[in-house]
Amino acid sequence: MQNLQLLLQAPVFNVQLLLDGMFIGAIFALAAIGMALVWGVMNIINVAQGEFVMLGGFVTLMLVEAGFHPLLGIPAAAVVLFVLGWALYRAVIWRIVDGDMFISLLATFGISIMMQQLMNEIFGADVRTVESGLGVWFLFDGMVTVTQVKVAAFFLSIVIGLLLWLFLKNARLGQAIRATAQNARAARILGVDTDRVYAVTYAINAALCGAAGALVVMAWSIHPYMGLPYTLRSFMIVIVAGLGNLASVIAAGLGLGMAEQYAGFLLGAEFQLAFVFLLLVAVLVGRQITLARKRQYLK
Amino acid sequence: MRNRSSLIVLFLLIAAGLAGPWVAPAHLSQFSQLWLFMVLALSWDLMGGQTGYNSFGNIVFFGIGMYASAIVQVGLVYPVAEYTAAKGGGTEFVFSAEQLHAGLALGIPFGGLMAMLAAIVFGALLLGMRGHYFAIATLGLAVAAGELAAGWNYIGAGSGMVAPTPPDTVDSVRLIYFLSWGVAAVALLFYHWLLSTRFRMAINAIRDDEDKAEALGHFTVRNKMTAWAISAFFTGLAGAVYGNLSRFIDPIDIAFSPEIGVWMILMAILGGKGTFWGPVIGTIVFFVAKELFWTYLLGWQRVALGALIVIIVVFFPEGIVGWVKSRWPRLFTSPGKGDAGEAERDREAAHA
Amino acid sequence: MWTDYHEEGDPKMLHRRKMLLATVAAATLMTAGAAQAEECTITLGAAVSLTGKYSTNGMHTKNGYDLAVKVLNEKGGVKVGDKTCKLAVKYYDDESTPARGAALAERLIKQDGVKFMLGPYSSGLTKAIAPVTEKYKVPMVEANGASRSLFTKGWKYLFAVLSTSEQYLQSAIELAAENADRMGKKPNEMTVALAIENDPFSQDIRAGVMDDAKKHGMRIVIDDKLPKELNDMSTTLTKVKALKPDILVVSGHAKGAATAVRQIAEMRVDVPMVAMTHCDSAQIIKKFGDKAEYTLCASQWAPTLKYSDEYFGSAMDFAKLFEKTYGYAPPYQAAESAAAVLVFKDAFERAGSLDPQKVRDALAATDMMTFYGGIKFDETGKNIAKPMVLYQVLKGKYVVVAPSKWAEARAVIPQPKWSERK
Repeated sequence: MQNLQLLLQAPVFNVQLLLDGMFIGAIFALAAIGMALVWGVMNIINVAQGEFVMLGGFVTLMLVEAGFHPLLGIPAAAVVLFVLGWALYRAVIWRIVDGDMFISLLATFGISIMMQQLMNEIFGADVRTVESGLGVWFLFDGMVTVTQVKVAAFFLSIVIGLLLWLFLKNARLGQAIRATAQNARAARILGVDTDRVYAVTYAINAALCGAAGALVVMAWSIHPYMGLPYTLRSFMIVIVAGLGNLASVIAAGLGLGMAEQYAGFLLGAEFQLAFVFLLLVAVLVGRQITLARKRQYLK
Repeated sequence: MRNRSSLIVLFLLIAAGLAGPWVAPAHLSQFSQLWLFMVLALSWDLMGGQTGYNSFGNIVFFGIGMYASAIVQVGLVYPVAEYTAAKGGGTEFVFSAEQLHAGLALGIPFGGLMAMLAAIVFGALLLGMRGHYFAIATLGLAVAAGELAAGWNYIGAGSGMVAPTPPDTVDSVRLIYFLSWGVAAVALLFYHWLLSTRFRMAINAIRDDEDKAEALGHFTVRNKMTAWAISAFFTGLAGAVYGNLSRFIDPIDIAFSPEIGVWMILMAILGGKGTFWGPVIGTIVFFVAKELFWTYLLGWQRVALGALIVIIVVFFPEGIVGWVKSRWPRLFTSPGKGDAGEAERDREAAHA
Repeated sequence: MWTDYHEEGDPKMLHRRKMLLATVAAATLMTAGAAQAEECTITLGAAVSLTGKYSTNGMHTKNGYDLAVKVLNEKGGVKVGDKTCKLAVKYYDDESTPARGAALAERLIKQDGVKFMLGPYSSGLTKAIAPVTEKYKVPMVEANGASRSLFTKGWKYLFAVLSTSEQYLQSAIELAAENADRMGKKPNEMTVALAIENDPFSQDIRAGVMDDAKKHGMRIVIDDKLPKELNDMSTTLTKVKALKPDILVVSGHAKGAATAVRQIAEMRVDVPMVAMTHCDSAQIIKKFGDKAEYTLCASQWAPTLKYSDEYFGSAMDFAKLFEKTYGYAPPYQAAESAAAVLVFKDAFERAGSLDPQKVRDALAATDMMTFYGGIKFDETGKNIAKPMVLYQVLKGKYVVVAPSKWAEARAVIPQPKWSERK
């Protein structure tokens, strides 16, 4: 375990790994919040999550190419994706809200492969990046570097999460969303326009992913086929954190990010993803075993 | 459809397949793929449609079967590690016709058995979960399996593995076609038989209400495990042949391909899950549509496929067979006892 | 061997072979009949990646083929015997997946009746297609499959115009050894870090680098296989910072190059030499400007090389024509693809026939000069007449620094530390 020794001998690299993990984890958390929302409220697992992130990145790219400041891309991507999410709901998603969850998985899978190839036709499969115009901080004599845009991404994710929490708690529409999540039929009887609630929920999810995508293109890179890893990680985070609690979704996102960095460092980059998914299976099996003792099961 | 006429149609289908090499010699590889996909869709449906356990991870068995068979086929003649390290094939590692045939004869069943073994192990861990938790756990398993295969040097890691190259004296296209056809014929007949037994009712009971089935004294754990093992066995067989069809085994793009993993589900849903003929018809329709899109809609084929998927699942969630069934229920009633027809009549009676 | 096989092979096969020849002859006669009034067309088949992860390079490949076909047709086409033929290419999209590629090759040959194939993009796809073309004895000239394992299989119908994978970064390791003293070391004291994508082609490059490093006694301190979805290599770079190797080698198609250039700069990773592949298809200079400075890049070809031919003129002329046609400077993938078409033309004319077997034999005897470099195949079908070159990014331009025969300038080694750059 030469790599482990390295971490013990030069503990400063732990800081780098933890920070990088936190930053990427914050992005995963943003997408995961959206997924938890849609899952909890509409009982839909949105496989097109990663494609929304990708689209957010391309919106930012287009803005920058048109001469705007990249940071403007974050609200712009959110707005564009909100509209797109709304439109998608009106076109397709409303038909599958009450159906089998499995149907929603396949329908959104169909949407995701359409988006991939559409973006491939429009932008080509090149890897694209945008320069954020922000700099880099150096800590510990340059041994640890912190890219400012990643810090921005981190805090923005937290802020967006907080705003969403406030919205769900206090705003009239937010309360309607929560009511629908608890019991859609009862909410409908009590006069909540659940159709509109669903539309807004789906659109908010798309907007969250769009904002995440804007940050991804500035801090990392995007291309049309990048979506799947983001979708899978959102799954994973939501499964671990459960649907109810925004704070635990964010915590799980950050935790996943850090776990991945350590796995990549210790086991080698080729086992990074395998580790994450074995972890997912292990978490589920572990839960299943504890539940089975109580004669219950994961459902 | 009545059981006997259904069996007759099935025999006709299989017999028609026998004529393949003479009718469509130029399309043999595509037809090989079609037969194998049919096995995948039917096998998925045994769990997803009949037992109500929507597995996203059946591709694991496909990959395991493929690698297991390739390892046996190569290992009979050469040390596997050396073969993969040299990215084997071609003139360095020559296989005679006898070695090839022996490898196939041993490797393909071995692939199926290994997949079955894996299903029993995974089943012990995962079959306690239900609904989407089961779906996601199996998906996690599928992704992890592909990544692990891509990191394992013995089987070539990310460089992939080459199935034994047939010598020139063997008409390999025809050989692989008959293997695919053979696996499909066995699977079709077996599934047709299985779905006419009481086992079908036992697993359908699990799908409809597992707790109640258990309370009634069904061995639900044993039954769903059996279903998954059977499903895995045939998926593994198909994988073993597919490895020889595509010749080059890439861990993520072919063996544990998420794409083929989704396709097998789509084909079953398109045709109508929970029926015998659904996955068969679904495979044929899906395959033809896919080939047409890929030929005539170059660059937009996935947009078309995506649109098709959305339309299928949104407007025909019951699939083609389900749709026909609800349009013309009379077609499916039969005087026999204890089959789907009875339930259909009951439902009609209830409506009347 | 192959030719013996035809003469002495079993009678059934021989019979089938004759039948095939007869059919071909009949087909040729028919086209010849038509050619009295109309010119004939030679259709080359190609499955290239128009979508999927290789679609950028797939597009470069297609553009290279198309430009060469256009230029050759404008310059009078191909003279086969006493006929003049136009060239055309029939494309399918292999979606960057090997299984698809093999199926499409089969379709091109059996359903569309294509008798000559151009290669796909990437070694993985070439590996998938070569057994098919071999089976049907269809000659394939490929320009984008560089894995050396392609040329150890005894394929007889596969010809590659490009240098093979083990040569990609050979000159980078050579250069490191030559410049060891500038870093105050002996070659066998140097350490190497590898960050290489986990796909067949990149792993072949890795094998080549490992061999070269071993030859000089260098030690491999990091050996990471990057996942195919890579867009973040910060964990590997953290390791690089900790272990301070003398050379960092990165290979992962365009994605890998872009990610590496960006993150090496962001994380201020100081390594005396950074060598990578696919710099020009990732457009690292245009996208990252100063950050790309001093990077060493392996390349099959450079517009500044002094090669030329009668169709395109010099390498620079090709670059200009390509840029005029497609609006971007040609990466080497486009150049080598265009060269593959030139090789076919040359072989058709020397064979004086469209019989696949004769064309195959003519291809094997190829010995020509093109804007892309010399082309001469050894018995395994790989090109032995053209070296790889190594660029360094200096003042925002690619400058050839190795091998010394073509070098325009001396490489800057070790590259300045990030803190010393302005």
